Amino acid sequence: MTFSTVDRVMADQRAAAFATRSIKTEAKVAGLRMALSMVDLTTLEGADSPEKVRALCRKAITPDPFDESVPSAAAVCVYPTLVGVAREALRGTSINVASVATGFPSGQYPLEVRLDDVRRAIEAGANEIDMVISRGALLSGDEDRIRHEVASTKDVCVSTGEGAHLKVILETGELSTYDNVRMASEIAIDAGLTEYDFIKTSTGKVAPAATMGVTLVMLETVRDHFLKTGVRIGVKPAGGIRKAKQALHYLVMVKETLGDDWLTPELFRFGASGLSNDLLRQLRWKREGVYSAGWDQTVS
Amino acid sequence: MTNRLSVTKTHKLLIGGAFVRSESGRSIETTDASGMPAHLCQASRKDLRNAVEAARGAFGGWSGRTAYNRAQILYRLAEMMEGRADELRAATIEKAPATRAPAKRTAKKSSKKKTSKKTIARRTPAPKVHEFDEVELAIDRLVAFAGWADKYEQVIGGKNPVAGPFYNFTSPEPTGVTMVVAPDTPPLLGLVSLIAPALCCGCTVVALASEASPIPACLLGELCETSDVPAGVLNILTGFRAELVHHISVHRDIDAVLAANLDEESGAMLRSGAGENLKRVTVKKLTPRQWRDPDECETPALIERVVEMKTIWHPMAT
Amino acid sequence: MNIDAELELKMREGDAPSASEAPEPDSIAPDLGPAHEPAPPVVHELRFGNAWEYSPAPETTKVEIAKSYGHFINGRFSEAGADTLDTVNPATEEVLSKVAIAGKKDVNAAVRAARTASEKWAALPGAERAKYLFRIARRIQERSRELAILETLDGGKPIKESRDIDIPLVAHHFFYHAGWCDKLHYAFPGRGRGQVKPHGVCAQIIPWNFPLMMAAWKIAPALACGNTVVIKPAETTPLTLLRLCEIFEEVGLPKGVVNVVCGAGETGALLSQHPGIDKLAFTGSTDVGKILAKIASERGIPITLELGGKSPNIIFADASIDQAVEGIISGIYFNQGHVCCAGSRLFVEEPAADEVIEKLRIRMQSLRVGNPMDKNTDVGAINSKMQLEKIEHYIKIGQDEGAQLESPTSADLPGKGYFCNPCFFTGVQPGHRIAREEIFGPVLAVQTFRTPSEAIERANATPYGLSAGVWTNKGSKMFDMARKLRAGVVWCNTFNRFDAASPFGGYKESGFGREGGVHGLRAYVKG
Repeated sequence: MTFSTVDRVMADQRAAAFATRSIKTEAKVAGLRMALSMVDLTTLEGADSPEKVRALCRKAITPDPFDESVPSAAAVCVYPTLVGVAREALRGTSINVASVATGFPSGQYPLEVRLDDVRRAIEAGANEIDMVISRGALLSGDEDRIRHEVASTKDVCVSTGEGAHLKVILETGELSTYDNVRMASEIAIDAGLTEYDFIKTSTGKVAPAATMGVTLVMLETVRDHFLKTGVRIGVKPAGGIRKAKQALHYLVMVKETLGDDWLTPELFRFGASGLSNDLLRQLRWKREGVYSAGWDQTVS
Repeated sequence: MTNRLSVTKTHKLLIGGAFVRSESGRSIETTDASGMPAHLCQASRKDLRNAVEAARGAFGGWSGRTAYNRAQILYRLAEMMEGRADELRAATIEKAPATRAPAKRTAKKSSKKKTSKKTIARRTPAPKVHEFDEVELAIDRLVAFAGWADKYEQVIGGKNPVAGPFYNFTSPEPTGVTMVVAPDTPPLLGLVSLIAPALCCGCTVVALASEASPIPACLLGELCETSDVPAGVLNILTGFRAELVHHISVHRDIDAVLAANLDEESGAMLRSGAGENLKRVTVKKLTPRQWRDPDECETPALIERVVEMKTIWHPMAT
Repeated sequence: MNIDAELELKMREGDAPSASEAPEPDSIAPDLGPAHEPAPPVVHELRFGNAWEYSPAPETTKVEIAKSYGHFINGRFSEAGADTLDTVNPATEEVLSKVAIAGKKDVNAAVRAARTASEKWAALPGAERAKYLFRIARRIQERSRELAILETLDGGKPIKESRDIDIPLVAHHFFYHAGWCDKLHYAFPGRGRGQVKPHGVCAQIIPWNFPLMMAAWKIAPALACGNTVVIKPAETTPLTLLRLCEIFEEVGLPKGVVNVVCGAGETGALLSQHPGIDKLAFTGSTDVGKILAKIASERGIPITLELGGKSPNIIFADASIDQAVEGIISGIYFNQGHVCCAGSRLFVEEPAADEVIEKLRIRMQSLRVGNPMDKNTDVGAINSKMQLEKIEHYIKIGQDEGAQLESPTSADLPGKGYFCNPCFFTGVQPGHRIAREEIFGPVLAVQTFRTPSEAIERANATPYGLSAGVWTNKGSKMFDMARKLRAGVVWCNTFNRFDAASPFGGYKESGFGREGGVHGLRAYVKG
């Protein structure tokens, strides 16, 4: 199977051009609010506890306690053992519960174990599954193994309980080249992703995490898939996006690469924990002309 | 001594690897080195056109050869010259005859005649014997440029340190068809000094021989044909500058001109060719001393006159 | 693939997901027999609408512009006098200022000033000359915003480009050449210290497409080599060069080392024919270049010319297509296509043609055309009314010749000012005028090819030879193409990159001489 190739310098040049867009006044407010609605509020620590997850869920529902008009987050993303807590805390809202599964973050477990991980997470209440792929297999040329594990995971997502959308984490920081990112994106999508499934850059555990360049490569793969099939796959950059300005650059890139349809949480997400607070800070500045102090905002 | 009638020779034009008479049928009467009558072809505008066509046709092949190969061929030509040095010497020094240019008008009119006997300068005194051995110098010059063929690119090209993730380098490439207009004197050294820079870098050449002493150029043409120089790479015309410089100047398929020690009018005419197709025109003025000076005539600065600097960019990334 | 996985995949294909709107795979399409063409594929279109529209983001910094400007001769700005030309903001059609037209007297004075300054300037130790150039580079960086704004106001190019490309390159050129001043004898093989001599007085005439950048490309190497300069900006874009003269004053550049005479073609003619000049340098059209070549040949003075182009941009099917499309965009729509090396002839290998054109169409939908002072504008104003009329004339010719015009950008153009939506033609034949003549606007001629040798043959079939682009992932093919393309700059898997250290200039009727790098110095020294 042959894959499209990517020339990194030109791709980076293009990605950098999005960051020169100047987003001002109404466009900025609209962009900040849109970005907030696309956040997968995430906590993925060994130290996570039910109480920590409840705090996060509260923040997801009402990001700014002083401004109810601020949109909620798209999802809360936790480890499988904490899915139940999140589902409970988010009851009655439209916020999704996402869980990393399939032996996150390395994926170095037997496939049966990883699929079981997925099944349990869905049964516990997750409706979005963020899976990892076997990067080692990809780098050693075993594309079929990736195809197989994505297809198998998708099957579990479709067949378990009320089902879940699937996000395939490529861990681009370990793939090293844009050609590999492109190849992994194509393999994942072609292995059976359906509309509103996602490809996602990173676990957040490996540096570099999301960059404009790799995200552009993934957006372009999604675009090519759409042009061929009409199926819309989502994209989720995760890790390393901390500032509102960065988030706006990503949105510019989505707007100018995939167009209006993708400017929705159903097809574009930010995997982040700290981003929300900077978005809120910028929104408050726009609203009141005041920069918030750190303690003005809720910890997440 | 037998009372044998000697065989007189007509020196023909060298075009596309063939020795041909002028399409105009015209010839010029002259004397050879031994004082015997001889004939030269008088090249016409159409001969020039044919020679340029031959040179254009040979350009891809010659410029596409490895520099090492071009170097060896030029060296081979030097070997051949060495072997016939006496003959060349006789033609250049001892009794070099001179032809005389007719007035422009005459040349044009006469070109219509099937055969025309040009004014002969048989009794014109031979040019003064040079105080140097022109043939030796010409051979050594050719050897010098044979050596340059695979070196000048490194000397005048290089990698450029651009401010970005690019691998960027500049290297010279032959500019194409070069017209050489040789000085009247020194006829052989002058010709070789102008054709060698062009040939070594991969240009193909149409050379107009010294008007005063054209026979060395004709001999050089014969040597070419026995020394692996591919057909069309070096084309040699004999004739009158006054008749041809205008046509050289306005010929759009000539990319460059190398000339030396021309009269003001011819020089100006050649230079104005830049206004036609931006041909790269170099008209040098050199003293006998400068012709001998390697710093003057064996420098890559001469090659630079007939090359184009090409800069290639490529991104660097994984 | 292991058998289980294969089976699973087949099963998945069998119960095609209902959420997917994918057309049915060919394998289960009804067999229509060999006589039938395959049904045209369903077209899925991306929507580039206003779901999230950018707000205006105008550059608001005010830059002073005087009511009128004279020339800069012998270190002094002269009064404008009565004989002036209006310089217009092409985006608004407002007159920005009145600028004097140099007549015989002014040109004489400028050449005299340059001559007088010449001896001392040439005799200055290289290291000292260098310091002036370094100072100039620094002041350009410090005043870059002002210069960028002025460039955009006067010329119509997007502020994004003058800010991120033009002005930084201007500073780079002075900085780069500063370092050469005391090292010239290393630049010329076989010459010793003191054996590299300047020409003397250089007359330089520059165009309107990169006004300050072209000034820098000309002035910096001339000064580095010890020449003095009389330079004429284009009549539509004199303001930034005059502002640069303020910097010359600030840094204490000796009087007469650089002189600026403003005006149009007549001033250029006076300057180029002035008996007091020792060297001529020109960037502009090939037609004018040929006239100047003739003038220089009559005088027997050296000349460098950077002229027109109709550069090929060649895309192979094995290229990284998205980046190649990006290269098309920056090749032809950069600076409204007012670029001598613009990649105005696109050659696409036939198997990739549909994809490339589809992606080009998509990409062009997000190009933003309009107010050049808006920081989000990608394509600004056409430099002048005359140029706009020329471009529109060629677009009409293209249609009359039977090529198909596409303009996917179709922005609402401002009511005032000179604007042109970026466009391309398909169905272009090599004989079409739009495939042969330099348009100098955002108009691309798309053609296809089948083999590398065909691409080379068609790419080289032009009197021009300024630049070329090659897009392929195969190294050996790339180098073979790069060697065979008769062009002074070959961009492989990139396009329209410039650098002070990289020589720029053309083959054939695109001119002679190089600008930038060590090779650019040769134009400004004797011998």
